[in-house]
Amino acid sequence: MASAFSATKFTQPLPLNTSTSRSHGKQSVFDPLKSSTSFLGSTRKLRFTSFPKLNQPNSHRPSLVVAVSEAVKEKKLKSTSNLLITKEEGLELYEDMVLGRAFEDMCAQMYYRGKMFGFVHLYNGQEAVSTGFIKLLKKEDYVVSTYRDHVHALSKGVPARAVMSELFGKTTGCCRGQGGSMHMFSKEHNLLGGFAFIGEGIPVATGAAFTSKYKREVLKEGDSEDVTLAFFGDGTCNNGQFFECLNLAALWKLPIVFVVENNLWAIGMSHLRATSDPEIWKKGPAFGMPGVHVDGMDVLKVREVAKAAIGRARRGEGPTLVECETYRFRGHSLADPDELRDPAEKAHYAARDPIISLKKYIIEKSLASEAELKVIEKKIDEVVEDAVEFANESPLPPRSQLLENVFADPKGFGIGPDGRYRCEDPKFTEGTAHV
Amino acid sequence: MLGIIRQKAFGQSLQRIRPVASSWGGYSSTSKQMMVREALNSALDEEMSADPKVLLMGEEVGEYQGAYKISKGLLEKYGPERVLDTPITEAGFTGIGVGAAFYGLKPIVEFMTFNFSMQAIDHIINSAAKTSYMSAGQISVPIVFRGPNGAAAGVGAQHSQCYASWYASCPGLKVLAPYSSEDARGLLKAAIRDPDPVVFLENELLYGESFPVSAEVLDSSFCLPIGKAKIEREGKDVTITAFSKMVGYALKAAEILAKDGISAEIINLRSIRPLDRPAINASVRKTNRLVTVEEGFPQHGVGAEICASIIEDSFGYLDAPVERITGADVPMPYAANLERMALPQIFMNAARR
Repeated sequence: MASAFSATKFTQPLPLNTSTSRSHGKQSVFDPLKSSTSFLGSTRKLRFTSFPKLNQPNSHRPSLVVAVSEAVKEKKLKSTSNLLITKEEGLELYEDMVLGRAFEDMCAQMYYRGKMFGFVHLYNGQEAVSTGFIKLLKKEDYVVSTYRDHVHALSKGVPARAVMSELFGKTTGCCRGQGGSMHMFSKEHNLLGGFAFIGEGIPVATGAAFTSKYKREVLKEGDSEDVTLAFFGDGTCNNGQFFECLNLAALWKLPIVFVVENNLWAIGMSHLRATSDPEIWKKGPAFGMPGVHVDGMDVLKVREVAKAAIGRARRGEGPTLVECETYRFRGHSLADPDELRDPAEKAHYAARDPIISLKKYIIEKSLASEAELKVIEKKIDEVVEDAVEFANESPLPPRSQLLENVFADPKGFGIGPDGRYRCEDPKFTEGTAHV
Repeated sequence: MLGIIRQKAFGQSLQRIRPVASSWGGYSSTSKQMMVREALNSALDEEMSADPKVLLMGEEVGEYQGAYKISKGLLEKYGPERVLDTPITEAGFTGIGVGAAFYGLKPIVEFMTFNFSMQAIDHIINSAAKTSYMSAGQISVPIVFRGPNGAAAGVGAQHSQCYASWYASCPGLKVLAPYSSEDARGLLKAAIRDPDPVVFLENELLYGESFPVSAEVLDSSFCLPIGKAKIEREGKDVTITAFSKMVGYALKAAEILAKDGISAEIINLRSIRPLDRPAINASVRKTNRLVTVEEGFPQHGVGAEICASIIEDSFGYLDAPVERITGADVPMPYAANLERMALPQIFMNAARR
């Protein structure tokens, strides 16, 4: 796989630091000051570009920390022959990203019109990560996300109608209106949420990966392992649960990929102010798994890294930590005034809009014409409008739904067999509630 | 035991009682109005300037001016050594705060909501609450854990739980729940000066509400005693106890009941632990009826504790079974109508009984 890409944008290789000294092959650590671009609005300059890809995944030595940071950086315009994607794939990626963007923009509109409420966290700008990873998954693979989960749900296949209704709090939503923006679950699409607490999804994802490994080895079901993707942000990488799961996933070689959506800001806390070593991919090798850094604004690069990581997991070689450098165009949530981010930084990333980059690629490589892309955009507009209409017309949850679903056992609580609330039964508090 | 304790999770919404922002200025029109947010901010400011050992740490307290703008202006005034923006590591920074308190500093640890304190609850309970006991008094922990508690609007199940009963069941902790600006100011100042760990449960929806404050409250040495409740409204027919946001609802209910000739005595608990049992008992002995109101889950809630202890102390004085009004026994749903149903809306019926 290394041959397909040419590493670009080198800066001078620096001496190895001790943590990666056991690697074979050359390892370059970029000098941040010499990188061609720098983060604006942050206190330290940070390199954008990444590293030449070193070793193949299957040459991973089992016992040592061989897995060095490997990253794929590929300048598409300079690559001579190989196209990274076929036309169908290109259109599929484009459609998914446009759906994500259009949906989130519609969410913002609906929020300001009062149709949705509470905390809504939008994903504008980060679509490349979701599309790049999730479109490579099978339906049986699991995705675990955070509160910024609308687009993960859409990429995984949850219908836009169901997501929009859920946001409106209607009973036709994917969680019947009981979850909301931050808690999207779908058993059918194996979307395991939707967690409000950061870091909470990571152990859950690790558990899902454990299950798939268990099913294969202990219960002897199925051949290939179902892979789990855990999405979380840069702020989460300082949380204890993250490190605990990295350790266990590597120890037990679980089929999981930890995807860090490093958008540099945790509400108003810059990643650089919060983290002692801001290069998150380095935390992977510390635990015995490859750590990869990739440009998260470019869906094709993300997709290539994702293929490698997911392939690794599926073959049973263990976890990977992928740091996607990305950016959210809007504030942390719709209630965030977003005053602390430098407008120059925002403009810098807005110029690297993943949808525009992909569009450019598709047109330049003559994979599709502008007209075909416009057709897709129009189609997505209709899908989103239809979703809003559907959500608007859907009914609110009935009162009887309030006490439902507290337990899986329908007799344990809530509605009794006669249809009345159990707690209104005069005998309810007598003795232990036996049914 | 008498008292079929019935939980009234929702009733016929005869009338939805919602405190309207700043409509409470119906008391004295000569006193100044102060928002709860300003009250908390001024309390923090004054305590930090009075004692250099007081410091504030939490997520977004510094440059973001506070996730709910409670710590606005404090970073500029006191600098980054005393107003610390932390990474998202509740267990870590709570533990660090507790450790600092062991050695003589007076940290104020802010949780963005008390739901996030669950990631740090080991430190609150095991390190902070139990240490004075375990060390036979050698080490005291003058720390304050504060943040919004309870339900806001539409924020879903993981952001809406009320933690009053969890923390109040722990010996070694003091748990306070202010309602008005006066409460907020006085209790926060008392909490910061207190040599023991204090859990200070605010309410996000109250932050923007204004209350009249007298000149005494604005004085920089104003403190309210911990462990004393306040009788917000005197009455003689039924006692209604409440804390935090529910006091507002209770006061409105009392107005409506008054039109029917039922005079309700509203007790603002202010302090959940230690509970002001003498005040509640005295009130019940006067009115002979008790209704407790709270936002949290019914089982093992604050209301349960109040009802049980009142029955122990004043059983002979009760004319009717005590009643608890609580939130519904479900994780908070997201849909707006379900959320309304899950919180206490109407307890006048209970009071009428």
